Amino acid sequence: MAPERVIRTLVVLTPDWPLIAAGVLPTDVAVVVHANRVVATSPRARSEGIEVGQRRREAQRRSPDLFLSESDPNRDARAFAPVAAALEQFTPRIELSRPGVAAFPTLGPSRYFGGDEALAAMVSAAIDAELDALGWGGSAGIGIADGPFAAQQAAQRGVITVVPVGGSPAFLAPIGVKVLDRPELVDVLSRLGLHTLGSFAALAAGDVVGRFGVDGHAAHRLASGLDERPPATSPPPRDLHFVVELESPADRVDIATFAARGVAEALHERLSGEGFACTRVCISAETEHGECIERVWRHEAALTPAALVDRVRWQLDGWLNGPAAVRPTSGITRITLAPDELIAAGGRQLGFWGGETAVDERAARALARVQGLLGVNAVTVPDVRGGRGPSERIVRISAAAVDLGAGHSAGTSRRMGDAPWPGRVPAPSPALVPGEPVGVDVFDDTGAAVMVNGRGDISAAPASIRFAGGPDIGVAAWAGPWPLDERWWDPAQHRRRARLQVALTDDRALLLHVEHGEWSVEGFYD
Amino acid sequence: MVVPAALRELHDRTRPVTLAREHTLPVVDALGSLFVDGALTRGSAVGVSGVGATSLGLALAAGASRSGSWVAVVGLADLGLGAAFEAGISLERLALVEAPSPGRWAEVVAALVDGVDVVIVDGRAPLTPSEGRRLAARVRERGSVLIPVTQGSQPTRRRSGAWSVDLTLEVRSGRWEGLGQGHGHLRGRAVRAESAGRGRASRMRSCELWLPSADGSTTARVEPAPDATVVMLRPGRGVPSDGA
Repeated sequence: MAPERVIRTLVVLTPDWPLIAAGVLPTDVAVVVHANRVVATSPRARSEGIEVGQRRREAQRRSPDLFLSESDPNRDARAFAPVAAALEQFTPRIELSRPGVAAFPTLGPSRYFGGDEALAAMVSAAIDAELDALGWGGSAGIGIADGPFAAQQAAQRGVITVVPVGGSPAFLAPIGVKVLDRPELVDVLSRLGLHTLGSFAALAAGDVVGRFGVDGHAAHRLASGLDERPPATSPPPRDLHFVVELESPADRVDIATFAARGVAEALHERLSGEGFACTRVCISAETEHGECIERVWRHEAALTPAALVDRVRWQLDGWLNGPAAVRPTSGITRITLAPDELIAAGGRQLGFWGGETAVDERAARALARVQGLLGVNAVTVPDVRGGRGPSERIVRISAAAVDLGAGHSAGTSRRMGDAPWPGRVPAPSPALVPGEPVGVDVFDDTGAAVMVNGRGDISAAPASIRFAGGPDIGVAAWAGPWPLDERWWDPAQHRRRARLQVALTDDRALLLHVEHGEWSVEGFYD
Repeated sequence: MVVPAALRELHDRTRPVTLAREHTLPVVDALGSLFVDGALTRGSAVGVSGVGATSLGLALAAGASRSGSWVAVVGLADLGLGAAFEAGISLERLALVEAPSPGRWAEVVAALVDGVDVVIVDGRAPLTPSEGRRLAARVRERGSVLIPVTQGSQPTRRRSGAWSVDLTLEVRSGRWEGLGQGHGHLRGRAVRAESAGRGRASRMRSCELWLPSADGSTTARVEPAPDATVVMLRPGRGVPSDGA
């Protein structure tokens, strides 16, 4: 068998992209967090011992004056648009896998610009100029190698690295298996004593498939310096191009994205009907004046309709809201989605007659429509966090931050009650938890205000309560006080409180708390 | 995956009749006796009011949520999520929507009933009667269930504002158990729930419930209280005795 041809690729990797997009400087101690975990760090933050995956609290402990920024993929994509545009002077075919990483095949460009080294130097200069404009001042990693995976590993080194033709396997061999980004597989491999890509690649492909299945085979191909999948023999047929024409030109991202949603779903349905999934898609948008933007998006797994729409949004956001130099002069009239690489769909199987996944997708669509009507943050979903009070155990997070279609937090309900929180208010929980505690006065039977002292003793049995401006309501029964001394290690967040449950003579029950002598209602048992 | 049309047709043809339960959403056992079919009828609106309206609204949605339906809550900004979980609602299929500005309620609720099986709304939402009727028609067409919850301590008939409802549930005579004078903790509320509606449901039905019971769920109540002993999970300090 002739050796498989691998496309020689140049990868531009701007390390710490989420931080560049957030507008911090390399000298700042800054991190980007998502769901209370650090997802990206600045060089200074790393030197202080902060690592990706740490809890936010842990990071703050290492560096108290840490600058925190919430993760925002849209912001990252928007900021990356000028960088991608800078690459357009070298080649029309740019492939993006995520904001911060761009790739293109070097065959044509390198012949035109006088070799791989010369091309890499020119790309590096162009990208660094863009980064300077953003105020970052660092430099991007440029890697050229056979195959995108090897090129990305080369780019990871942070300087210009050109792997000679045919040298990818040798280049990859000493690298640790961790870069395969498959935690379970990596765990098994290291227990088998296969610590480097070279030792993994030395196994026979047949044995790897037998032991690790299809996914293991893909990883083995990567480790051997090949592409993840054998190259497609022919491009996908043209009749899979899905086009949406907008009657009235859209000059806002949300309008255009909403229009693209329908085609994304039609495309996905068509492909899955034929047993395919799309891993690379070419999205192009055209304006009334004929301006056009075209980008290829690559995704490791198959693109779901929601993921497709995200990529349309990122691309259009960077174009329509970008700097004046790249912004089009009129509204978008036409969006085309063209699948660029198809694989056999092996993933999710829906129930025979629709089933639960279909229900989830229907609900996700309805909620997306509501987000379109009221704004993205108007829809929230519960997220279990843990805590003692009724408002601390489960918090609301924006639905935009989770993939509703895929059972966003499959373990959410199971996670309830996992951790012991001594001093937690026992079930049943109050059905109404005011966002802002409602002030209330508590009196004993002589009409004096009831207090709880520092030792947690109550001054007298509560006999009545009064809401601001309301009449006195008698207390039929009560329990407590349950003193609570939280976060005593942190002077800024230290709270000393005491809780009290009361049943009123009008059949209502309340959860009260007192802090600094002020009573308030924490929950209504409605 | 797309079910080929021919296959779907075959399914429809071989299925003998439309079963009644395909037009209903399950409710928790304790609430079954409040409904003619023992379950929520798809395409209907059920108004909930009285003391404990919020708890009853959550309890109504729990059965459907547990069997795989999505639940959306519009308005009701103060909803206690802990109570929702304890009532039996699956948190991974719960979405909370901010109260829309007046005039946009109908649009938002209409969008939700398209894809969400159970939509709990604030019964006091500013809605015109014609919007209410149009929404009711939309709900019937889509086969969802709309639950307007009117919070407030004074139960009166037909408190569901402009929402057009087929059945009204009301909670009467709530009595909290478990609290003493300085000891114990809330362990449940004994209530009597009543339902009355239109057509087949016009006869009033009622049942005795623990809403909520000691673990937050809704259970049927048989007198006397099943667990009369008071267990102190964590001692309250109570009133200091004279000698202390």
